[in-house]
Amino acid sequence: MASYAGELSSQEDRAVRVTSLHRSFNRAGGVLNGLDLEIAPGEFVALLGRSGSGKSTLLRALAGLDRGVAGTGVIEVPDKVSVVFQDSRLLPWKRLLDNVTLGLRAGDAADRGRQALAEVGLAGREKAWPHELSGGEQQRASLARSLVRDPQLLLADEPFGALDALTRIRMHTLLRKLCEVHRPAVLLVTHDVDEAIVLADRVIVLDGGVVRHDARVELDGRRSQADPAFARLRARLLTELGVEDDHDAPGRHLDRAVERAAS
Amino acid sequence: MTTLTGNLSTPTRPLAEAEDVRPTRRRLGPGEPIRFGGLIGIVALLAAWVVGSATGVIDPRTLTEPWTVLQTARDLVESGRLQESLVTSGIRAALGLGLGVLVGTVLALVSGLSRIGESFIDGPIQVKRSIPTLALIPLLILWLGIGEPMKVITIALAVFVPIYIHTHNGLRTIEGRYAELAETLGVTRHEFVRHVVLPGAMPGFLLGLRFAVTSSLLALVVVEVINATSGIGHMITLASNYGQTDIIVVGLVVYALLGVTADAGVRLIERKALSWRRTLAS
Repeated sequence: MASYAGELSSQEDRAVRVTSLHRSFNRAGGVLNGLDLEIAPGEFVALLGRSGSGKSTLLRALAGLDRGVAGTGVIEVPDKVSVVFQDSRLLPWKRLLDNVTLGLRAGDAADRGRQALAEVGLAGREKAWPHELSGGEQQRASLARSLVRDPQLLLADEPFGALDALTRIRMHTLLRKLCEVHRPAVLLVTHDVDEAIVLADRVIVLDGGVVRHDARVELDGRRSQADPAFARLRARLLTELGVEDDHDAPGRHLDRAVERAAS
Repeated sequence: MTTLTGNLSTPTRPLAEAEDVRPTRRRLGPGEPIRFGGLIGIVALLAAWVVGSATGVIDPRTLTEPWTVLQTARDLVESGRLQESLVTSGIRAALGLGLGVLVGTVLALVSGLSRIGESFIDGPIQVKRSIPTLALIPLLILWLGIGEPMKVITIALAVFVPIYIHTHNGLRTIEGRYAELAETLGVTRHEFVRHVVLPGAMPGFLLGLRFAVTSSLLALVVVEVINATSGIGHMITLASNYGQTDIIVVGLVVYALLGVTADAGVRLIERKALSWRRTLAS
């Protein structure tokens, strides 16, 4: 309370501030162990980490969905926070437009919902039932549902994890475009290093419940995997994640295949 | 490009003498559905009745001939007795059903949406469920007499249990992730109930309703046969005293029609209310 004035002024330059966050599901050990994190307004942060590293726990803590989980720490988030889940979570008994505008109390909710659907390329599908849509379309509708609320912070928990590779590329383009228009701060949890580099301004690697690596993505314009800088960042992040990557070394693959064939 | 597709599509066009050679396996499933298959058994039974009566295999004192039943039905309609009985029975069943559905739904909502409500309501209803409603009739007669209130309340008691059980189950099996979503969208409790809970519990409620309709007719028959001065059941009881099997059969046919109509009604409601699921099932 004493630092209330300080908090007000600090809200100008940061959307999220997390200070020494601890969370644990059982006595044995914490999932988050004193994590500190700041996200600037409009900044796109990708959160990488092995499974069990606490990515989703952090995201749920920021979303206020971790009632009943033991822990301490200070979380400051903006008023308007939207969450995109891995599953689209559209209510199957509501048509698309009603799903998008669910809980909106403004008089022009329907118009804004229609506009949001058009923005994600689903104009004309307002009256469709969710199950009539493909997985990618469902996830686009859930993006529309989040963006129609003008969030200052968008939390996304592996939103493209269940989509096929081609749809995922299309979703990346769409998400980048939407973020350029709406400028929310974004925290994207993903296990896909390429996705993180393609989308984010900053990539954070979580390990053992703390931030282990915090890298700014300094790639201009179209981010191409052919770019050597892209490859370097990718290799570095994979090392931080404890993965040895010999994908890009076809020579070694070939040698091993030859050896196996010979033996 | 156009020439290419033209070339490709010609050989795929089916020709009259085109060969159809494919490996086949013995079919293990029941195969293609038969059109109007549901009616075949009924027609066969009716035919057996007609033939049996005409050849004298079925004694008219055991089961009246179908043409006599038709004649009796016509007479009963002309005298107005059948319509009168049908209206009396129909109102009874509808009142009991309506009351039971209302009470069952409200109790299910209270019990499904609050832990305190569940603690108070769920236990007694589980106990009530294990007592057949018809066993309560002697007590209900002592409390309410043998008039209409006793009949309506007996039917309502039989109806509210399946409504409660299935609606409550429907409420409790709404996936937690939808509640989580509603929390992140910042909806009020009222909006949550209206947009998430009620539509989510609808399939369970409608399943309960189908059971409830059957229960209501069962209870109707019992209360009318036990002690009534009007209604289809009364008509049947009287006929039984005088050995008039034709009237009994007419009464049974009317009960059957009531049941089939009520079930069709519920299924119609189901189709309308669950149109979001229909294309999934089909």
